[in-house]
Amino acid sequence: MTQPVLFYLFSLVAALSGLSVITARNPITSALSLVLCFFCLAADYVLLDAHFVAVIQVLVYAGAIMVLFIFVIMLLNIRDDIPSPLGDVSGRAIVGLIVSGVMGIGLITAMDKGIRDATFTAVDENYGTIQAVGMELFRAGGPFLLPFEVISALLTVAVIGAVILAKKEI
Amino acid sequence: MESVGLFPVLALSATLFVTGMAGVLTRKNALIVFMSVELMLNAVNLAFVAFSRQTQNLDGHVFAVFVMAVAAAEAAVGLALVILLFRNRITVSLDDLNILKG
Repeated sequence: MTQPVLFYLFSLVAALSGLSVITARNPITSALSLVLCFFCLAADYVLLDAHFVAVIQVLVYAGAIMVLFIFVIMLLNIRDDIPSPLGDVSGRAIVGLIVSGVMGIGLITAMDKGIRDATFTAVDENYGTIQAVGMELFRAGGPFLLPFEVISALLTVAVIGAVILAKKEI
Repeated sequence: MESVGLFPVLALSATLFVTGMAGVLTRKNALIVFMSVELMLNAVNLAFVAFSRQTQNLDGHVFAVFVMAVAAAEAAVGLALVILLFRNRITVSLDDLNILKG
């Protein structure tokens, strides 16, 4: 019965580090809090039997994307010049907090009794492994073959676009 | 996870999404706004995986992988834009970006 304890522990850390991302003054603090949040989410994925997604979460998100973020933050060497965590409290910030608060209340209350009472049932031991997800992704005649190829084209376009944007002289 | 149920997972997902939304709407630093967007994408991934576990099929996992690929592309182009911006204006504050303001 350790699974619920682990789930609530990792969820608490994920929520708190997520809060730290948007309240930190220094962008580096934000980025490292986000890495912690991603690791906790990877642990939650493991508890949800999504082993492949958990590995990809650590490799791609906590590894590749966050290294890119930290690299850019250190390259730009920005001083944290804002006086308070949320900047000087402007009308925009107040409206933003109200909108997101209403959104949060709406999301929680929109989950009706069917979702509140839903429980997970046991899955077979193959569920969520690399083999099972790969078979689903590349199944002949399946719906994901074309999107997979389109994603590879999108990544190529993004790489070329990033180089063209960031390079001084092409 | 049989003893936890679907609701706590979706509640965490909603909490992270709203946190990211508050960051996007209130912060002025372009890099922190980008990180808040990543947080929102992760919240959606968690909802995908939770519903996938609930219905016992793997479509949600495949979608989560696609979302991560799109997020990687978005991060690469977005950070290139931030570097370009910093080179031209020596700032990453979104308040200073008003050349399109009518």
